[in-house]
Amino acid sequence: MSMSETQNVAEIKARNKELINEVLQVYPEKTAKRRAKHLNVHEAGKSDCGVKSNLKSIPGVMTIRGCAYAGSKGVVWGPIKDMIHISHGPVGCGQYSWAARRNYYIGTTGIDTFVTMQFTSDFQEKDIVFGGDKKLAKIIDEIQDLFPLNNGISIQSECPIGLIGDDIEAVSKVKSKEYEGKTIVPVRCEGFRGVSQSLGHHIANDAIRDWVFDKAQGKDAPAGFEATPYDVAIIGDYNIGGDAWSSRILLEEMGLRVIAQWSGDGTLAELEATPKAKLNVLHCYRSMNYISRHMEEKYGIPWCEYNFFGPSKIAESLRKIASYFDDKIKEGAERVIAKYQALVDDVIAKYRPRLEGKTVMLFVGGLRPRHVIGAYEDLGMEVVGTGYEFGHNDDYQRTAQHYVKDGTLIYDDVTGYEFEKFVEKVQPDLVGSGIKEKYVFQKMGVPFRQMHSWDYSGPYHGYDGFAIFARDMDMAINAPVWKMAETPWKAKPKPHLLAAE
Amino acid sequence: MTQSAENVLDHFELFRGPEYQSMLASKRELFENRRDPAEVERVREWAKTAEYQEKNFAREALTINPAKACQPLGAVFAAVGFEGTLPFVHGSQGCVAYYRSHFSRHFKEPTSCVSSSMTEDAAVFGGLNNMIDGLANTYSMYKPKMIAVSTTCMAEVIGDDLNAFIKTAKEKGSVPEAFDVPFAHTPAFVGSHVTGYDNALKGILEHFWDGKAGTAPKVERKPNGKINFIGGFDGYTVGNIREVKRIFDLMGVEYTILGDNSDVWDTPTDGEFRMYDGGTTLEEAAAAVHAKATLSMQEYCTEKTLPFIAGHGHETVSFNHPIGVAGTDRFLMEVARLTGKEIPDALARERGRLVDAVADSSSHIHGKKFALYGDPDLCLGLAAFLLELGAEPTHVLATNGSKGWAAKMQGLFDSSPFGKNCKVYPGRDLWHMRSLLFTEPVDYLIGNTYGKYLERDTGTPLIRIGFPIFDRHHHHRYPVWGYHGGMNVLVRILDKIFDTFDANTNIPSKSDYSFDIIR
Repeated sequence: MSMSETQNVAEIKARNKELINEVLQVYPEKTAKRRAKHLNVHEAGKSDCGVKSNLKSIPGVMTIRGCAYAGSKGVVWGPIKDMIHISHGPVGCGQYSWAARRNYYIGTTGIDTFVTMQFTSDFQEKDIVFGGDKKLAKIIDEIQDLFPLNNGISIQSECPIGLIGDDIEAVSKVKSKEYEGKTIVPVRCEGFRGVSQSLGHHIANDAIRDWVFDKAQGKDAPAGFEATPYDVAIIGDYNIGGDAWSSRILLEEMGLRVIAQWSGDGTLAELEATPKAKLNVLHCYRSMNYISRHMEEKYGIPWCEYNFFGPSKIAESLRKIASYFDDKIKEGAERVIAKYQALVDDVIAKYRPRLEGKTVMLFVGGLRPRHVIGAYEDLGMEVVGTGYEFGHNDDYQRTAQHYVKDGTLIYDDVTGYEFEKFVEKVQPDLVGSGIKEKYVFQKMGVPFRQMHSWDYSGPYHGYDGFAIFARDMDMAINAPVWKMAETPWKAKPKPHLLAAE
Repeated sequence: MTQSAENVLDHFELFRGPEYQSMLASKRELFENRRDPAEVERVREWAKTAEYQEKNFAREALTINPAKACQPLGAVFAAVGFEGTLPFVHGSQGCVAYYRSHFSRHFKEPTSCVSSSMTEDAAVFGGLNNMIDGLANTYSMYKPKMIAVSTTCMAEVIGDDLNAFIKTAKEKGSVPEAFDVPFAHTPAFVGSHVTGYDNALKGILEHFWDGKAGTAPKVERKPNGKINFIGGFDGYTVGNIREVKRIFDLMGVEYTILGDNSDVWDTPTDGEFRMYDGGTTLEEAAAAVHAKATLSMQEYCTEKTLPFIAGHGHETVSFNHPIGVAGTDRFLMEVARLTGKEIPDALARERGRLVDAVADSSSHIHGKKFALYGDPDLCLGLAAFLLELGAEPTHVLATNGSKGWAAKMQGLFDSSPFGKNCKVYPGRDLWHMRSLLFTEPVDYLIGNTYGKYLERDTGTPLIRIGFPIFDRHHHHRYPVWGYHGGMNVLVRILDKIFDTFDANTNIPSKSDYSFDIIR
């Protein structure tokens, strides 16, 4: 199917440019002008991908993006397992995000652990009219009464909170005092703030800075905590399908001690202990670079980005992390790489012949539009198009400098129309995106994997995860079902897009 | 290392291996600052007690694990039931991402919907420009036949006026003057998704029947012999609507389905993505005003729509998500009465087959206690079916159930000897249900996917009926209405009962004497 097999780079670039021009035709002039800045064909050697990013989505175009609440509650705070996170406002936001992100954890849910529960203030009209602060105070009392083993509370603001002038900070302070200094964190992540999930990550990071770190300052290290020279914290891994676990095991095997996970399977104590780390290792740069920079400035903790998708990037990352430590850890990294080499060889021997030369188009959030490219390449596959749901220019710089090939189609905050059109014309062997996109492409007969939830599989991080990743990509692309999509007695349907032409 | 290329271990097994188990134990020991396990166990036991239940039921402010969603979700559901219609939700964009995901996770189908993507500046200045640009973009990109507008809570809090905004957008040329843009205000802080369904459907009918927001003459009603059918917000809409059409066709009834979602959430995989498929045509929607009567399958989904329709001279009849023999009987007899058509023998035979099946199996259900939660109408329909099976719907709970609903449920209990010890819980959530399942245990639980947490915590076997169903596939393709639908529900209940028997009798030389081959 891959066009890249028969075309050279110049032809691909020309085709992609033409394709961009073609999709822009559908828009009213003003919109076409705005969207044009978000679409490009990557030129090798350029420092970024040549697209604008982190700008407002255009009304009515069917953006794939979510909101600040999704970034804070859904991503950063929600997985902290021993705290209760209140979706503060009407019932919907908490309902639609209830347990949907697969942040795995160990704990007794409802007793000392609360991740897969939906706590909401379920705002009614009277709360909008008279304000919700009294209700919030009462909610905190009721939580204390019914869930005595919770270790903290966060308040995740939904749209109305910021519009009706509630003072959730004041409520938090009063209640914290009343409950002997309990950690109660107000988060101003109303969905209308910013242009996507991204501002929600930032606001959530800042809330940890202001309401966890600053509060913990002056307190002793958590009970029983003794620092070692090899203490690191995993930052920006949400343990989707167990990702943080299949990463942690490698860091521990190389001799490091992981003192905190942010935030998948994480606890308040781990957040509080993180300023004691010697190094912060950062997986999802987009959602947690803010707190990493803060810890660098305030506590002098260096941070290093890493990538645990696919053996090439894993080995590179293990060595990079080890470079911050002594020979013992450097040897540990080599030992880990050697230990898993047999598994890597077996996985590649089994799956690469089935996947060699297959092409992939991605559209995801966070780190994945670039981070997973290496894993596909380890399997002999090629990413021919990629884009970020809520990336910033620093994401596109990293993408351009370390990941994508010359001629790759780049689409920022892609619209439903553009994505369909691109896939229809480029005809990749696989599309990796989210639940809203999955069935669109499968209807078109294109194999698909959800690259947010791992399509309910995973983990995909680490060596153990790579085996699952390879198996899943093979099963998506080589499933017999795709040969059955065409009705045998009917002429081949012309590629067809409703909104086109 | 347990992972291998030959036998790839998934998350199910991988983390149970010794390396991961010891890693997780040491994480807990050294870093998590977890509570003493004995204390966790003490609280876990305490949370099962009547004392805890009393505190739990005394909650006034906090909602935990509710069984309801917000209005705009229902508005999107209603809108996609019309031909070529793209739902347009005015407000913050994250909401639309949530509705689309929610429906796709349930139906395993794409759901198209757009947002006007309002942000801080719109919060200050209002979202008029978002409406103007948004309608123009949606119209040129996705070429819908109709754009149905609803609102998120953001737009409601700042008080955006849809009627005026749409008018202005049309004046600015976003869409042609005559293009259909019905609208409904759907504040998330009032009611639930069933309210949003009601508001949106009413908005669409009002648009077509009452002069398109002052831009066209009102349609003058010329009564004909047709009937209108409204399904309501229904997770089984694909199977149910098709079943209802089959029944109407068997009876020779002339009908219009108002909001036909059956094709849009069940498109084939054949190489083509159909953004729009099926649906009530706009002509049919407009002409529906001439019908002699309108049936609503779900009273609480049409609390405003049905009186609006009655105001146009229709006879209106509503049901409560009828499931089973008597519910279906009433439905068919009402259709027959309204249309003057006879119920054909084919349907009488279907009825007889369902009664036959109930007779064959009811001994396994008779006297069993059930807890049940869901939308108000579904609860009434299911409870009625359980009663006719001789089961006891002991706890019936609807987070979005009103006092009026509760009274109706009590009336149902009172109508059957099996309802004697049953209780209804309006406005309660699944954390209340958790207490009930501990203090007054039942044999089986009926609810949506989120009931699996109750099943895990209380050991009550869950029968998945409701919305959303995320963790089982394709249930929405099978009707629960009509005699065929009753059969599907019966089989679903029986399968769980027999699976539970087997699971409780499979320990060799201990319990397997009851591991019967014939049940």
